Amino acid sequence: MELATFLIQCLNALQYGLLLFLVASGLTLIFGIMGVINLAHGSFYMIGAYMAYALAPIVANTFGGGFISTLMVGLVLSVLLGYVLEWTFFSFLYEREHLQQVLMTYGLILIFEELRSMLLGDDVHGAPMPSWLSGSFALGEIMTYPIYRLFVSGVCLALALGMYLVFSRTRLGMMIRAGASNREMVQSLGVDIKFLYRVVFAAGVALAALAGMVAAPVSSVYPGMGNQVLIICFVVVVIGGIGSIRGAMLASLMIGLVDTFGNVFFPQAAGVLVYVMMALVLLWKPEGLFKAG
Amino acid sequence: MSSEILLRGLELTRRWGGVVAVNQVSLDLERGTVHAVIGTNGAGKSTLINLLSGEYPPSEGRVELLGQDVSNWSQPRRARAGLGRSYQRNTIFPSFTVFENCRLSAQAHWQKPWAIWQSARHCPDSSAVASHAARRVGLGDLMDRPAGLLSHGQKRQLEIAMCLATEPQVLLLDEPLAGMGAEETDRMLALLDELKPGHAILLVEHDMDAVFRIADRITVMVNGCQVASGTPEDVRNNPEVQSAYLGEEH
Amino acid sequence: MSRSVPKYAFVIAAFVALALYPLVAGKYGIDLISKIMVYAIFALSLELLVGSTGLVCFGQAAFFGLGAYATVLLSPGYEPSSLLWLLPAAMGVAGAYALFMGALSLRTKGVYFIMVTLAFAQMAFYVIHDTPLGGGTDGIYLNAKPIMGALLDLDRPMQLYGFTLASLIGTFGLLALLLQSRFGRALAGIRVNEQRMRATGFSTYPYKLAAFVISGALAGLAGFLFAVKDGFVNPEMLGWHQSGAVLIMIIFGGLGHLRGALIGAFAFVLLQELFMSEAIFGSFAKHWHLSLGLTIIASVALLPRGLVGLPEQISQRLGGLRNPRHEEAEDEL
Repeated sequence: MELATFLIQCLNALQYGLLLFLVASGLTLIFGIMGVINLAHGSFYMIGAYMAYALAPIVANTFGGGFISTLMVGLVLSVLLGYVLEWTFFSFLYEREHLQQVLMTYGLILIFEELRSMLLGDDVHGAPMPSWLSGSFALGEIMTYPIYRLFVSGVCLALALGMYLVFSRTRLGMMIRAGASNREMVQSLGVDIKFLYRVVFAAGVALAALAGMVAAPVSSVYPGMGNQVLIICFVVVVIGGIGSIRGAMLASLMIGLVDTFGNVFFPQAAGVLVYVMMALVLLWKPEGLFKAG
Repeated sequence: MSSEILLRGLELTRRWGGVVAVNQVSLDLERGTVHAVIGTNGAGKSTLINLLSGEYPPSEGRVELLGQDVSNWSQPRRARAGLGRSYQRNTIFPSFTVFENCRLSAQAHWQKPWAIWQSARHCPDSSAVASHAARRVGLGDLMDRPAGLLSHGQKRQLEIAMCLATEPQVLLLDEPLAGMGAEETDRMLALLDELKPGHAILLVEHDMDAVFRIADRITVMVNGCQVASGTPEDVRNNPEVQSAYLGEEH
Repeated sequence: MSRSVPKYAFVIAAFVALALYPLVAGKYGIDLISKIMVYAIFALSLELLVGSTGLVCFGQAAFFGLGAYATVLLSPGYEPSSLLWLLPAAMGVAGAYALFMGALSLRTKGVYFIMVTLAFAQMAFYVIHDTPLGGGTDGIYLNAKPIMGALLDLDRPMQLYGFTLASLIGTFGLLALLLQSRFGRALAGIRVNEQRMRATGFSTYPYKLAAFVISGALAGLAGFLFAVKDGFVNPEMLGWHQSGAVLIMIIFGGLGHLRGALIGAFAFVLLQELFMSEAIFGSFAKHWHLSLGLTIIASVALLPRGLVGLPEQISQRLGGLRNPRHEEAEDEL
């Protein structure tokens, strides 16, 4: 394989892995801190993508905004969505058994899918790519690489960095980390646990939706995208360890590499390779690579 | 005549990352004796009992059961070889009857999982052992009661009965008196006295009066280390024990 | 004992009704009830894992789908194959994958276990969906339905119906026998408190793995029957929507009871038919996923013990709190 091709695949793997991390981090956090399995998490990714598609013309017409404005509006809406969902639905799931959580969030997926079908149809759409990001730059003599994909990686890295700073430097982050390992203690310290949970949940939703919005121009917007990303996110969380952000990052990058290079070398087996990797990790460490926190 | 040593812990050590929970603790359990392990919270008593019962292997040291090195044996394997264990928190099956609790425990020695045409409830071997165990702890009249409906004291008795139903030679009892009133404590101690002749009993307990009433040997643990070990008189008079532990207690 | 009689009576009555049903039903009815019976076997297989052993498997569809695909792939071209080897072969394939999945998944606990079983089922899905083994994403046809010499021809709807009913009764009977045996009681103990079982002397891993394999093989049986009935299999049979559907069936019916699986399969398929029916819902019928989703959420929230527990739930509401509910040793029917 030529160096330039190899480089391109590496960049693709990085971009896919980082995007996956964005979605999976929300899932692992919600699980690690609130103890809720949320099957509908993939739906937030889908909702983000459909928002990018549906909001773009509205934002353009209302106040002439472009790509970044659409992202901002989408972000605000997803935080609101997360807040309302936690308040009306998810807060009732915390004390329930995992099996009940699985089923209730499964019902939620069906509802989201159907609502999307009713409001926005079942067609596959493209989302507009902003012109200032749609160029490519040269890699070697013949190959080029789209700037937008670098932008996606950049956004994900920035958010990952932001998450790291919030967790390690702020009081909020400290409370979240403490909540991941010991809920009762945090409560007894007088922290408003309900508010904390709402914030974490809304953040998780926003991260997944933002990932969807940012990915939409390259991956297109289609009905099954939520389900597809969800299963892979599960694999990320299982490999990385529930509640571990570090684990989610490592696992996402591993999956990005295996999937991208798998598709190059063994296109038919590519789908299976990720699961083989998961099986191997579990044989070695049944609770994932890292502990919570 | 020296007594038979049924269980030995030799220089047992267990580390969790950087923390040493149990540090070079040795003890012997002889048939016909009660050996109590006392210590403050966090002294490593639970870890010690877990090492002996096989919940996890020791980082260093050996466990010998009936003369065999069982340090690498799993917990079920040790249980089948004659090591019984009761827990500090109740591990009874609340939705089953008292009888079924004991019978299922007894079944461990008559598993025969392939014989699916035979009814478990009417299995003569496990049923006989179960009835005997339940009656021995004083629950003979409550065989058909769902275990979840028992009083706390009765549940602790059931916990012992389930242990006895496996017909063990060694009993590892983790705070069997937890949460019991005076009368229930007396009953339990009388039961342990009755059980002494056939078994070797390890007793982890916080109730000092009970310990000094019933124990033949006492080991004191502080911060994972074995601070003293000997007869109750020796331990009571040991100055280190007095300052580190007994003096701080009531 | 007196508590069990109504349950035995219910189950026997249900089987008698199923046996007599073809006398009064038309083609649509027979087809629908056949489908329900196949799903009932599928649900019973999962009940062994979830309700009896406490292992929440979210990948049961893999065994169902693999049994179905094995049926089609192992059938020779245009000649009907012999039921006597095709059925065990299909169950064997499903059971083998269950052995593989169980051996690895049982190393994990709790929620990891749920996610891992889901992921392993996806693995099987992708093998069928993407590789030439599965014959394509649109599915493959079964050209000739199996026979048993001159005795049985599953191409005839009535004979297939009878065979399906016999399989259902056989599965139910096998599981009932299993649950009252020492093996079944050990599974129950593992469900309630695995730690206690280990401390008592039971090596719990082999028991759980055995339950997994039996469960997988039975799901494979359901897959075989489904493939023979429709003459067609597609990759969605291994999809997680299918795993979710069968989980919902046993929860809806009532966990911890074999008849719950029967009732749940029945209720779920009927509800689906209801929601999809344009006669009742008009043009909203095409959005039946929404109705289904709402029903799932409502039933989990409002019917914690499923339909099986409904009579007790109602009488508790009406008559105030009676004795707290408890299982007898043989309540699993």
